[in-house]
Formats: sequence, structure tokens, C-alpha cells
Amino acid sequence: MHRGKGMKFVGDSRIPAQRKPNIPKDYSEYPGKTEAFWPNFLLKEWMVGAVFLIGYLALTIAHPSPLERVADPTDATYTPLPDWYFLFLYQLLKYKYAAGDYTLIGTIVMPGLAFGALLLAPWLDRGPERRPAKRPVATALMLLGVISTVYLTWESVVTHDWEKQAKQGEIVEATVDKESEGYQIYSSQSCIGCHGDSLQGGSGPSLLETSLKQDQIKDIAVNGIGGMPANAFKGSDEELEKLAAFIVETAEANK
Amino acid sequence: MLNKIYDWVDERLDITPMWRDIADHEVPEHVNPAHHFSAFVYCFGGLTFFITVIQILSGMFLTMYYVPDIVNAWESVYYLQNEVAFGQIVRGMHHWGASLVIVMMFLHTLRVFFTGSYKKPRELNWVVGVLIFFVMLGLGFTGYLLPWDMKALFATKVGLEIAVTIPVVGEWAKTLLAGGEIIGAQTLARFFAIHVFFLPAALLGLLGAHFIMIRKQGISGPL
Repeated sequence: MHRGKGMKFVGDSRIPAQRKPNIPKDYSEYPGKTEAFWPNFLLKEWMVGAVFLIGYLALTIAHPSPLERVADPTDATYTPLPDWYFLFLYQLLKYKYAAGDYTLIGTIVMPGLAFGALLLAPWLDRGPERRPAKRPVATALMLLGVISTVYLTWESVVTHDWEKQAKQGEIVEATVDKESEGYQIYSSQSCIGCHGDSLQGGSGPSLLETSLKQDQIKDIAVNGIGGMPANAFKGSDEELEKLAAFIVETAEANK
Repeated sequence: MLNKIYDWVDERLDITPMWRDIADHEVPEHVNPAHHFSAFVYCFGGLTFFITVIQILSGMFLTMYYVPDIVNAWESVYYLQNEVAFGQIVRGMHHWGASLVIVMMFLHTLRVFFTGSYKKPRELNWVVGVLIFFVMLGLGFTGYLLPWDMKALFATKVGLEIAVTIPVVGEWAKTLLAGGEIIGAQTLARFFAIHVFFLPAALLGLLGAHFIMIRKQGISGPL
């Protein structure tokens, strides 16, 4: 704080008595070809930023951001995947010595060492040399870190089933007549628990893509198939007829 | 006119020294791509900040439509994506910006590392930079849950399962983040609060420290 001479009192506060002239600093003694940050260099930076922004907007328009169907915590068949910048950690946990009994190695030890070393780099690499070639240990370790991160991400991408990933998250816009008599039967019987409230499937398969005939559906509803138990349907024959007709109609309408 | 307004404010608040500290300095030759094209590597930090500003702005607009509860979250994002004018662009910028900021920050980190710029006297600024990196990853992790679609929910489940394996603090950290036993309504509300208030506040503080230190110490010299 400025004290003593050159200050005056206004009320109970002390302010400079004289205004300092607004003259830019003199940089003529600086080495090399310097340039004023404002406005010269900032204008150039903005031009780089503008080119970058064009690419960024082109990406945004060409690839709308993804949105999968609404979260359904009961769907146990969904294969999870983190965003791409966490894939290297996710992949690391798939290896034998970083999973199961050794999971601490994958979740704590290795990431902890890598990020800890990154955080403490100035104290691990204390020499005065700045050129990468003059500090081979630091350079080699960083390259190793970068290469393994890229490799793990790559491995994760090529081993992942992207078709299934896209399919399992798809927003299904099914047209199901929920007012119909058939749907009343569908929801009052146990069908809805496994095949979903819009026939979209759940622990059971989707009924929207079924190409089964009405008689086959009746048979399955009563006798079961695969993981579906027998006697899932417990209504009258008339209701069974209506249910099967409803499923066939709905599947037809969503083809 | 503008000069008069400036002088009027300056006479009362003496803002010229602040202005000098922020903007009135020389940019040395070795970081200026106009003199040495290879100096474009010095742009990554600025571009990271540029995307961060875009993230803050687009995020502010997203919160005008987004509803952080499990009944409406997905619907509000769907509506924003498909019905709102330019909603797809704003959400798209926030979505792609989240990835680009990681890329740019990664490149900036490599530039600082391979030019040895973290050495004395800039150790503290490096530490602050790595902390910014962690905060950004935290923003990515918490933001991923918010659309409340399948990939969001299950990625968060996996992430929190990994957190549980951390000895001693794992269970505690999971409960703190998830707001209880299950990943549900509480989790979404907490992730929203963390994504929109806690981490941005930490980020702004760290960025402020990062920039003040750069102004104080200047850019590291040529190799």
C-alpha cells in the first residue's frame, strides 16, 4: 500500500494525490522480436481460435451429440462403457494382474503412481536441463506413459462390440396401442415384467421384431420357450387369442 | 467518449495498474507462431481456456432447459435435442467441447513437459495445472450422468464400483457421491450440483491461480 507522501485524505480514506500518467511500459530493451500482447498478439490468437471454432462447429453439426434411451436400472443385459477418456483405466482393469484379487493394482497402484508422478514431476526431475534429450529418464517415462495410455485406449476401442453398443442403447419409438384390449391382457398377465411396457424387451426379448405366427405365440405363452417358463399365461382361451393377435398386429405395425 | 468514461473510472478506482498487469506485456519471439511456425505448440493452453469459456457459456444455456431429476432429466435433454431452436448445437458444443478440452489440455501438458517448463521457478504452476486436469476429468465424469440415458447410468455405476475398491475411503466416497446405497435420484441431484457448482468453482479458482502465476513469472524462455 502506498503510504506517506503523495497521498491525500478524502473523508476517512487515503488516495493518491496525483494521477500517474497512462503510459505503456517500454519494452525496447527486451531481447528478440517481441510483440505487444494487447492488441497485436491477441488478435493473432483470436484468428487461431476462430479457425479452431470453425472446425469445432463443423464437428458439432456433422455429428449430433448422442442420446440413448432413458436409463433403465433393471436392464441387466446392458454392457457399460465410460466416455473415451476413461477407456484406458477401464481397459487396464480387464487385465489379469489388475483385476480380481489384484484389482487394487489396477485401481490404485498404477493410476496412483502415474498421476502422482505427474503431479510431482518438478521434484522428481530436478536438474537444470530443459531439453528433452538432456533428461532421458523423464522423457522416457513420459513417452512410456503416453504410449501406454494410447495403447490401452486403442485396445479398448478395437475389442469393444460397437454394433451391440449402438443397438442396446437405441431409442425405440414403438407404436403400441395401450388402450387396446390386447394390451390390457398383456399388462395384466406377467408378460410386461420381462418384455417391457412397450413390448420393447427387457430380460426377455423384444416382441416388436417378432415374426412368429399367432399360433406359435399362443403356444409359447402357454408352454414357454428358452428361458421363459411354461404357464406364464394364466387366462382364458379367448384372452390368449386376443393377446396373440395384439402382439402380431403390433409387431406388424412396427416393421 | 469511451476514453472519458475510462478516465472517470480510473480517476476513482485507479484501474490502470490492474489493466497493465493483465494485458500490457510483451510476447516473446519464441512463443509467437508468426515468427516460428513450430511455436503453434504454445497455442494449446490458450485453446484449452477458449474451450473452457465455451463450456461455461453453453452449460449456462443448457441449464435453462435441463431438469435434474430422474423423471424429467432424459425428457428434458430429448426435448432440448429435438425441439428447442439451436438446442442440438448448444448441446453438441457442450458434448464435443468436453472431449476437445481433454485433448487440448493433454497436448498443453505434453508441451509444458517436453519443454521442461515446469522446472524452477514454475513448480507450483505445474501442480496447479495437474489439479486443473483432475478437476476437468471430474467434470467429465459427473457430466456424463446428467442426460440420464443408458450409457450415463451404467458408466456411473461402473465408475462408483471402481471407487468402492479404494481401501478405507472407498465406501465413504461412493456414499458421498451417490447420496446413498443406490445410484438413483440422489445421485443425479448430487452429480448435477457437483458438475454445475462445486467443480466449476474449484476450476475458476485454479485457473485464476494458473494465470496469475503466469503473469508473475512470465513464459519460460526458449530452449
